[in-house]
Amino acid sequence: MDTMMLQEKLVEKLLCPRTRTTRQKDKQYVGFATLPNQVHRKSVKKGFDFTLMVAGESGLGKSTLVNSLFLTDLYKDRKLLNAEERINQTVEITKHTVDIEEKGVKLKLTIVDTPGFGDAVNNNECWKPITDYIDQQFEQYFRDESGLNRKNILDNRVHCCLYFIPPFGHGLRPVDVEFMKALHEKVNIVPLISKADCLTPNEVKKLKDRVRDEIERFGIKVYQFPECDSDEEEEFKQMDKELKECTPFAVIGSNTVVEARGQRVRGRLYPWGIVEVENQSHCDFVKLRNILIRSHMHDLKDVTCDVHYENYRALCIQEMTSKLAQDNRTDSPLPILPLPTPDVETERLIKMKDEELKRMQEMLEKMQQQMHEKDQ
Amino acid sequence: MEEEMEVMEERVVEIEHPLPCLSESDTQGIIKGRDLFGYVGIEAVLDQMRRKTMKAGFEFNIMVVGQSGLGKSTLVNTLFKSKVSRKSCTPNYEEKISKTVHLQSVSHIIEEKGVKMKLTVIDTPGFGDQINNENCWEPIVKYVNEQYEKYLKEELNVNRKRRIPDTRVHCCVYFLPATGHWLRPIDVEFMRRLGKIVSIVPVIAKADTLTLEERLEFKQRIRQDLQANGIRVYPQKEYDEDAEDRILNDKIRENIPFAVVGTDKEHQVNGNKVLGRKTKWGIIEVENVAHCEFALLRDLLIRSHLQDLKDVTHDIHYETYRVKRLNESNANGLALSPLTLENGTLEKSDAESHL
Repeated sequence: MDTMMLQEKLVEKLLCPRTRTTRQKDKQYVGFATLPNQVHRKSVKKGFDFTLMVAGESGLGKSTLVNSLFLTDLYKDRKLLNAEERINQTVEITKHTVDIEEKGVKLKLTIVDTPGFGDAVNNNECWKPITDYIDQQFEQYFRDESGLNRKNILDNRVHCCLYFIPPFGHGLRPVDVEFMKALHEKVNIVPLISKADCLTPNEVKKLKDRVRDEIERFGIKVYQFPECDSDEEEEFKQMDKELKECTPFAVIGSNTVVEARGQRVRGRLYPWGIVEVENQSHCDFVKLRNILIRSHMHDLKDVTCDVHYENYRALCIQEMTSKLAQDNRTDSPLPILPLPTPDVETERLIKMKDEELKRMQEMLEKMQQQMHEKDQ
Repeated sequence: MEEEMEVMEERVVEIEHPLPCLSESDTQGIIKGRDLFGYVGIEAVLDQMRRKTMKAGFEFNIMVVGQSGLGKSTLVNTLFKSKVSRKSCTPNYEEKISKTVHLQSVSHIIEEKGVKMKLTVIDTPGFGDQINNENCWEPIVKYVNEQYEKYLKEELNVNRKRRIPDTRVHCCVYFLPATGHWLRPIDVEFMRRLGKIVSIVPVIAKADTLTLEERLEFKQRIRQDLQANGIRVYPQKEYDEDAEDRILNDKIRENIPFAVVGTDKEHQVNGNKVLGRKTKWGIIEVENVAHCEFALLRDLLIRSHLQDLKDVTHDIHYETYRVKRLNESNANGLALSPLTLENGTLEKSDAESHL
């Protein structure tokens, strides 16, 4: 169940008059339990934004999957390049923005595509344009944040990167490993097995196990779903566990609607059967959509802000301060940057003072307890 | 007995080639069957040929090239209905991406209805798997040329064997991943280079991920690409010998590249055991022409054009190599011929280089 829904239930419970005991408690009820509701209303008014990057070799179904996920047609007039043009192609970064609205909630969705990735004969450092792009977005946000007018900061940071692993191989290829290692500390990577309709269920399982092993072996930090709180419902915990065992998701995308079992569903029509995109036993598309949109979109944004962006920021600041120290600037004007890292001596003093404070707090608590006992 | 005689006479009518023994007397040069005074028995030559080749057996060398995981070994096993690929023959086989391209060949002798065939499958692990795949085709080009060189040396030998062991690559099956878009740069580079020295048969691997419309579009685009880049795949248009061949080969050319699916597992479909892949949404029958084109590929490679592949390799590709080589040695001068022949064969090389 959605965390939003659970919280709403909580608020309802609190606001609903029931037994006398609860009414008594109502008297002590301050009312800030409605805060989530207020946040909800404000954000609905403001709207959300989400930047999704799709990366992988061409022909793996990236555009089809994006269209299936968001039920849009972002790539209407796309022209496929032929082999001659592609021999000289370098990796580009293209952006498509679309505004989607559903039940009053507005979402500004930006899809960052990486045509040309992994297509050339020599793919050395083909991920460099992508890491440069992500760094650029971080840098732009950093500058805006440190600037004077912070009202209208445009957040173009990439919140999630879907990496498409071809189903044709026996696991991760060298280019997959190198790409993910170059990006796992800059963006949330969600690896996917694309075009999963060419694999039998056994093969899917084997490939997933293999990919999971290799991800662990190479130390790639893909996006981890946050652990459930221990007081969540059993059903929720079970779902969460299943989800984690299902990664990487094996997905199939489709832009066409076919008739299957008397219903019109999104799917692919083959002479030997119909693959339904939204059928959980056929592929993990539904799971991916739930993760990406329905349950973890906000978490992805949070991790981007709190972890990846902070890493970048710390790195950036360290570089700047080390540069300053090198330049030996004595009387610099009012520094916008924080002070340089304190040296070892001051650190030790700070630590001593902290310990003293702690000891004093403990003594205070003990004294309070003794007084309390004396009262009773 | 008389009936038999009549029947034989009818058959004899079809022979229209001039007989070598009759030269001056006949102005037309072609002896019609009616002119023969009885059954000569020329056609028994076919039987003799058949018996001899059955005793000697055939050789066929097939090379499979493509990225790892495209189903090369499975397809070869499916084609010959036995475990002939490198994967099935190596004990403790582990699927790892190797760092360099090296070629491995596995030979088997398979027999069917008294006909023996020595089948050699040459595998190319490591092709196209690295990040930088520049010149990954060079080991393959080298191997093909080395086999031609071996054969050439044997041929130019004074005391040469009765049957020169033929290790030349008769057919190279190139596996294209089913992306649905165009040929990738690596595909173009490889086929451009290898198309000149060996017969290439491109196939779309793991084609069960393409719907029928996507398949048609993909094939069209590939054919356009091949034409635009001047790549000639088997069967080549210029080697069609007569109209009959051309019609047959045109039909094949319309379907190139074949969209194949390979498997070695059997399932029950409508009470029959068929080779197929079982998924949650249906069973893909490998030998069903409505599902994939494996049957067409098998017919091309084995049932109808196997001998033609060998002939093209011998008459065209090998001859091109031979001419090039002999011209090189001619240009280098007789003393500096790079062909290191056995003792007592210098004269032979002199004679050859004057061709």
